[in-house]
Amino acid sequence: MVLKAFFPTCCASADSGLLVGRWVPEQNSAVILAVVHFPFIPIQVKKLLAQVQKASQVQVAVLGTWCHRQQEPEENMGHFLEGLGAIFSHDPWLQLCRERGTRFWSCKATYHQMSTNLGTPTEDQVMLIFYDQRKLLLSWLHPPAVLPGCQDGETTASTGGLADIFDTVARSEVLFQNDQFDEGPVRLSHWQSDGMEASILVELAKRASGPVCLLLASLLSLLSAASASWLWKLWPLSFIRSKLSTCEQLWHRLKHLSLIFSTEKAQNPMQLMRKANMLVSVLLDVALGLLLLSWLHSNNRIGQLANALVPVADRVAEELQHLLQWLMGAPAGLKMNRALDQVLGRFFLYHIHLWISYIHLMSPFIEHILWHVGLSACLGLTVALSILSDIIALLTFHIYCFYVYGARLYCLKIYGLSSLWRLFRGKKWNVLRQRVDSCSYDLDQLFIGTLLFTILIFLLPTTALYYLVFTLLRLLVITVQGLIHLLVDLINSLPLYSLGLRLCRPYRLAAGVKFRVLEQEAGRPLRLLMQINPLPYSHVVHTYRLPSSGCHPKHSWGSLCRKLFFGELIYPWRQREDKQD
Amino acid sequence: MEDEKSFSDICGGRVVLRRRYYSPYCREFGLSSARLSLRSLTAVTCAVWLAAYGLFTLCENSMILSAAIFITIIGLLGYLHFVKIDQETLLIIDSLGIQMTSSYASGKESTTFIEMDKVKDVIINEAIYMQKVIYYLCILLKDPGKPHEISQVVPVFQPVST
Repeated sequence: MVLKAFFPTCCASADSGLLVGRWVPEQNSAVILAVVHFPFIPIQVKKLLAQVQKASQVQVAVLGTWCHRQQEPEENMGHFLEGLGAIFSHDPWLQLCRERGTRFWSCKATYHQMSTNLGTPTEDQVMLIFYDQRKLLLSWLHPPAVLPGCQDGETTASTGGLADIFDTVARSEVLFQNDQFDEGPVRLSHWQSDGMEASILVELAKRASGPVCLLLASLLSLLSAASASWLWKLWPLSFIRSKLSTCEQLWHRLKHLSLIFSTEKAQNPMQLMRKANMLVSVLLDVALGLLLLSWLHSNNRIGQLANALVPVADRVAEELQHLLQWLMGAPAGLKMNRALDQVLGRFFLYHIHLWISYIHLMSPFIEHILWHVGLSACLGLTVALSILSDIIALLTFHIYCFYVYGARLYCLKIYGLSSLWRLFRGKKWNVLRQRVDSCSYDLDQLFIGTLLFTILIFLLPTTALYYLVFTLLRLLVITVQGLIHLLVDLINSLPLYSLGLRLCRPYRLAAGVKFRVLEQEAGRPLRLLMQINPLPYSHVVHTYRLPSSGCHPKHSWGSLCRKLFFGELIYPWRQREDKQD
Repeated sequence: MEDEKSFSDICGGRVVLRRRYYSPYCREFGLSSARLSLRSLTAVTCAVWLAAYGLFTLCENSMILSAAIFITIIGLLGYLHFVKIDQETLLIIDSLGIQMTSSYASGKESTTFIEMDKVKDVIINEAIYMQKVIYYLCILLKDPGKPHEISQVVPVFQPVST
């Protein structure tokens, strides 16, 4: 295997000195982390390396020499560098050399140990791979190469090759703490040697975050304790709470906020990203909510909305009445059973009449209610949208009732029909064995059964039509509510911080690396540039998406059609509790 | 060292294979297909605009014409950026890995690098396409933890050669 030397781009213009880094024997590669400049005392260098090794658990050692020289080769420098190989023994010993101002590099790697029986040291071919130290340090590799039994203290020698290199550079942060302005005994060159990178705002935010988090965490825990108290488990409140999606959304946001402001630090980058994503999502939500609030409260929009609401509800009721009149006549040319038609039609018309009276009763208070409900938009756009969805559900409650009546009636009819059809053919459903068995019926049983069967089958078109119409209306309302929930879900779960990071600092989220062959010259070692290959946007969203509140419809299309055909009630998003109607 | 040769793909278009030898342990193979021809671009644009003009004479709504122009531009940009691959390159570096780069007509480059640990073998596989048998090159990947199983088959030069 050819020897691979990973060389940081920041050290390519540094003065001559010693190469310090880690040797990975399994991949025959040397990861160079820094250059120690002349003059130095070997004892001090060894002490520094021992300190770094203890602090970071990385096997840093002196790997070779680096020579950045003028045009004329200096003879004494050459001998001096050879002598250093005796003081810091490392196998193989690297000698990298570059002429100042040119792109010509020469590399030599000599193995002393293996060649003791041969007498002369053997040389090996070297391949130079340049890498940007700062970007490699800050990036996180996806998928994270974490072995299940691996703790922080153990070496991760068995992870993949490139993950190893990322790991080495990331853990050697202690080595990069000394910069050129320190008065230490050893002068190093690395990416931070021009001065440590830091930001005043970040440091201030870090100092301030402690007490702020403590205060907010205590407030939020009080709030969560209040909402989880026994008061909410009493019957009317728990029923209302399970029905309204607003409560669900508020609870979800409360959980998010308590996670963001919890006082324990994030263990790994995933948790940190999750916290950041939640924070950005909450901030965006509140910003959009405030925008909506300012729009609603300007130009007396609330008043206009309230004034428009009652006529709209009236209009809907009127349309429903027309629809029922149409059904009670001869809808689409079909001939209905007159008596059943009239009964069902009058029943539903009475319901609509009740509903309209209720709306008219409420009309003086609507503006006040809307105004106060509009204030809740400052809690976030998602809360406002959930309230909208709940208002739609409340206003179309009569459609829901009609759907339930129609569905129950149709369901009864279908089951009756299927059971009587079996009787017609002389069979019976065996509940014990869950199958259809043959059965001998008496004559009067058969007679009444056939009669009932005939009645039911002739009444089927009427019931089926009512069921169809009200199911379509109900599905329409569900579609509108579903779209609103989808929007809420999108705002809840989109990882905006990760997407922003991928846009502005693509090297932070790495899917892998890519290599580029640099200018070649015959006889010189191969030079490659290693760059970070950023994660594609789809992977970013997939990896970092926040968990939504879990209100997704769990039916497939097939089961939905089956339920509609048999008249079973469909609850699109209340799967968590078992609801009885 | 560079070397170029011209071949034809399964649809009859012209592809050019370029081989570069950087060093004893680094080689590059590039496959480039023909660029977007002016003839096909003009044909598609004319077809779309004629259809839009036909709709316009029916509906008398000038929004259709602006929508057609918009769709043509967006469609062309999308095609150049996401679909049309100009060149695909395979870079093989000894003991490091295999890198496949696709460069699109708009200049976008998408790279995949496979480490040598994961590569089990490079094989020529045959497949039945329409009425003939075609041969294609692919890389077999293995999981480092289970060296005897094949975890994935990655075809090389796929979008250019089809």
